[in-house]
Amino acid sequence: MNADKLYEQLKSVQEPKGYYFNKDKDFVMDLLESLLANKERYGYMACPCRLASGDREKDKDIICPCAYREADVREYGSCYCGLYVSEAWNAERIAHEYVPERRPPEKFE
Amino acid sequence: MTPPDVKMYTLSTCSHCKSTKKLLNDCNVAYDFVDVDLLDSDERKRILEEVKELNPKCSFPTIRIGEQVIVGYKENEIKEALGIP
Repeated sequence: MNADKLYEQLKSVQEPKGYYFNKDKDFVMDLLESLLANKERYGYMACPCRLASGDREKDKDIICPCAYREADVREYGSCYCGLYVSEAWNAERIAHEYVPERRPPEKFE
Repeated sequence: MTPPDVKMYTLSTCSHCKSTKKLLNDCNVAYDFVDVDLLDSDERKRILEEVKELNPKCSFPTIRIGEQVIVGYKENEIKEALGIP
């Protein structure tokens, strides 16, 4: 699997659900490379913007697409990483705010 | 005026961490950083204690500029703390 294939594969699955890739393609490709790097080192695609424990069970809420994506895209138009966004975010119909970490701290470590 | 001491806790894979490093590089700001995901487990534990003191959520990047702590790639706050117009 390379990042280009992953891009096409995820796009075809996620877009019909209303989750679009960030219109900044370089930014997206870099994140997809990171997802593949995490798949290589942890065995699963942990969120590149969070510190994974390496334990799939502990990290299941941050396996991309993470458990927080829905709420973040609903509230901010973007997931925590900025990988998945809404159509309105890409069209700049809504402000591009910095998405705060929604994952409860007790989940961490 | 001496520039403030800048220390960043980052992840090697994180988009916001990369954006922050780029911002500091573009502004010619000297900084120390540690990619926490690349540390071995003892070192990682020790460094995470440092991060938690600055940012209990332990999210990345956590940036210390002098005495000020900024969590996330907040360009304007970072520039302000660095005194960059």
